Amino acid sequence: MDLADLTAHSLIELIKKRDVSHLEVVNSFLERIERCESRIKAYLSLRDREDIISSIREDNPYSALLIAIKDNILVKGLRATCASKILSNFIAPYNATVIEKLNQRGFNIAGKTNLDEFAMGSSTENSSFGPTKNPWDLERVPGGSSGGSAASVAMGESVWALGSDTGGSIRQPASFCGVVGLKPTYGTVSRYGLVAFASSLDQIGPITKDVTDNALLYSIISGYDPHDSTSLKLEPYRFTELQQDIRGVKIGVIRELMGEGVDNAVKNCINEAINTFESLGAIVDEVSLPHIDYSVPTYYILAPAEASSNLARFDGVRYGFRAFGQTAEEMMSNTRGEGFGPEVKRRIMLGTYVLSAGYYEAFYLKALKFRNLIASDFNSAFKEFDVLISPTSPVLPFKLGEKTENPLEMYLSDICTIPINLAGIPAISIPCGFVNNLPVGLQIIGPTFSESMLFRVAYGFEQATPFHKNRPNVGGR
Amino acid sequence: MDYEVNIGIEIHAELLTSSKVFCSCPVRFGDPPNTLTCPVCLGLPGALPVLNKKAVDFAILTALALNCQINEHPIFHRKNYYYPDLPKNYQISQYDTPIGINGYLDIESEDGEKRIRIRRVHLEEDTGKLLHSSGHITHSEMSFVDFNRSGVPLLEIVSEPDISTTEEAKEYLTNIRDILIFLGVCDGKMEEGSMRCEANISVRKKGVQRLGTKTELKNINSFRAVERALLYEIDRQIKVLSSGGEVVQETRHWDEKNDRTVSMRGKEEAHDYRYFPEPDLVPLEIDKSWIERLRSLLPELPDQKYEKYKALGLPSYDAKLLAHDIELSRFFEETVKIFDNPKMVSNWLLGDITKELKDRNKFISQTSLSPDILAEMLSLIEEGKISGRIAKDLLPELIDKGISPKRLIEERNLSQITDTESVLEIIRQVIRDNTNVVEEYKRGKEKSFIFLVGQVMKLTKGRANPKLVNELLKKELG
Repeated sequence: MDLADLTAHSLIELIKKRDVSHLEVVNSFLERIERCESRIKAYLSLRDREDIISSIREDNPYSALLIAIKDNILVKGLRATCASKILSNFIAPYNATVIEKLNQRGFNIAGKTNLDEFAMGSSTENSSFGPTKNPWDLERVPGGSSGGSAASVAMGESVWALGSDTGGSIRQPASFCGVVGLKPTYGTVSRYGLVAFASSLDQIGPITKDVTDNALLYSIISGYDPHDSTSLKLEPYRFTELQQDIRGVKIGVIRELMGEGVDNAVKNCINEAINTFESLGAIVDEVSLPHIDYSVPTYYILAPAEASSNLARFDGVRYGFRAFGQTAEEMMSNTRGEGFGPEVKRRIMLGTYVLSAGYYEAFYLKALKFRNLIASDFNSAFKEFDVLISPTSPVLPFKLGEKTENPLEMYLSDICTIPINLAGIPAISIPCGFVNNLPVGLQIIGPTFSESMLFRVAYGFEQATPFHKNRPNVGGR
Repeated sequence: MDYEVNIGIEIHAELLTSSKVFCSCPVRFGDPPNTLTCPVCLGLPGALPVLNKKAVDFAILTALALNCQINEHPIFHRKNYYYPDLPKNYQISQYDTPIGINGYLDIESEDGEKRIRIRRVHLEEDTGKLLHSSGHITHSEMSFVDFNRSGVPLLEIVSEPDISTTEEAKEYLTNIRDILIFLGVCDGKMEEGSMRCEANISVRKKGVQRLGTKTELKNINSFRAVERALLYEIDRQIKVLSSGGEVVQETRHWDEKNDRTVSMRGKEEAHDYRYFPEPDLVPLEIDKSWIERLRSLLPELPDQKYEKYKALGLPSYDAKLLAHDIELSRFFEETVKIFDNPKMVSNWLLGDITKELKDRNKFISQTSLSPDILAEMLSLIEEGKISGRIAKDLLPELIDKGISPKRLIEERNLSQITDTESVLEIIRQVIRDNTNVVEEYKRGKEKSFIFLVGQVMKLTKGRANPKLVNELLKKELG
């Protein structure tokens, strides 16, 4: 097996045993990038080969395990475009807190990955620099918005990656690319240095080849940060409990996310997963979350509202792309008109509208109420169940261009992931089957700060199934 | 037809915290442009605000001084609008749940004491500053932005439209400024922009219940401007109404150069700020113990000092002057502790010392004069060791060099001549030398007496006790 197909924890073991050198590991990933990147287009920018190699520290295995960073996370000295023309020339002048944490551990950054512009989308097709392809089928999307990060991990162009998740942007691409993605509890990973889309929903999280890697990376990036007021004063997650079996764990299957609109092929995989859980001694039952159907409309009021304000700063005055204008106002207006893509504009307009005088109560305030109702649905469910499960995506990875003409249909493909962000709780997506060589993801949801439990349940499932070992065809020699 | 005026005033005060309200950049003025900045106050992508608790302390302190109720769960909102000096294109401010509400300030007015209600006291961030290449926004080829001011904590204090005259407006503003200065939360310099003011003005016929249509007045940047702008605007509105017209609801700009207000934007063009709760900050909880801690830190304010000084026997005019001047009041109180004659201390402070300070364009703290020195000088006068005249002559040296007056008079041999024999000797000499004048006096020319006193003083270089000279001279002249 090629080193580029291995997980972080197995590479660390090999390096520690001196079976492989740091350089061998790094080279295998660089070779993989060279071989596959032109077809996948996971990256928007790659660090120079020499820089990557000179970042190797012989006493530190992490320095050999190339990590890919979504291009809306600031890495000092590297471009941070958010896949937008408006930031096409923006070099980050400071490090995000998660990058500081990675640097302290000696991580080696491969490059910055593609995304839907400002993380707005579910297919990475909204990138101003062209779409990323799904490593399992080059005619299909990798999911989004962290499509570049998920594809790079799946393709072996990085060992692991960071993404961001506002309504499913880590979990859905992880599902589409057959890898593991965690949306942590809101407030456990610092958002400082993450270009904000919707501040009350955004969360950075790890994308990895298996659950062990995911827990490892999460233990490194989580923890209190005084630069982020919404970050919680908790001890960082400790890498524990993984191996504990899941006998007696109570699992609830969300009825509303297994009904109409979910592909039968996807449903079958989830039902298989339920059988697996039961065979492992877990207790599985159905649960209803009555308000979950309102998640998508609630989300598409709150997220654009916050985005319309968060993205106001991109005006050409201080940094980024600037268009010409006779006056300051005209310059700002032209800059935004030319600098933003259509989906970003659509959401800014939506958000501006719902916050306008006379509409605020009817839309924004009402959506806040629904957000609370959805959160309390989860709370009641967690009185009965340790974790809940659902498909990560109701559909299989779709074809490029298939949903671009119909934004509403695209929005609905996030039905399973959006409620989790609204409730501020954690969820992980793990591979749970393949249909026509296309991966299907299982979402495991827990109450706040239940990441240990999520990893434990996910690990139990992973050990009992072969899906996490599948790798896409490297092809094209 | 008689009209009634309603004025509400909105004050923005820059707080004197050591760092900005949402980042740790220093609050300082006069540094080179854009040197006191960081990702947060530059509004860089990914940067997040962290609330400076000291700024909240200052806001609570001010709200308490203005008799406000304190909201235990104040909320920060985003106020969204586009302007090149606003780096995020939204300002973190407060909307429906500010830190302080329902306060008041009592001011002196023509009809006695008047209560001006204060609607709200809230905390927000200041913007950057635009600099235009030709000095004015409309005729400049280029504009520059300095973000050193961006993120400086601003306190907004909004009154109800309870103010009826320009005098009351000035009184209200002065009182607020002095309170801010006494609290140590703002230096209150309107001309330098650390305290800014906007006003809304409406006029209605006497006896009408509903308030008239108001206009909002911006760009009033000095106490003088406030007075003139309000006078102009009141007059303008009355003229409109009495000629049968209607006042248009709009924002007007005070044009200092041409001494008039001009329309800036109408009601239709008013901004929709799309306020919503700032999701990057967590809810703030101001509990009872926080409020009580600050209440215990409240210093004595001008009004309380005024009453206290009057009780010490000062005339109310003097008491007010002293009570509203943080430096002089502090100096006064310190001096009175050592030299217990409040009236005399106040007279010197408000008289000769104030004059000397004005000549030097200095505050008393910027001079070498200390309460100890002043008390020593006043004791010397009271004990009759020096005359007031001599004290006045010494004052510049005391102010500039801070020398002990006792030492000074010893060194220069300036102590008053109070022994009768020495004075009498000189008087006799003066009488001998001025026989003509003495003759004139005896014929009834009163002025000649003053001349003779002057001669005595001249010969003693002012050291003779004037009272003694008068007494003895009269006796000698028979």
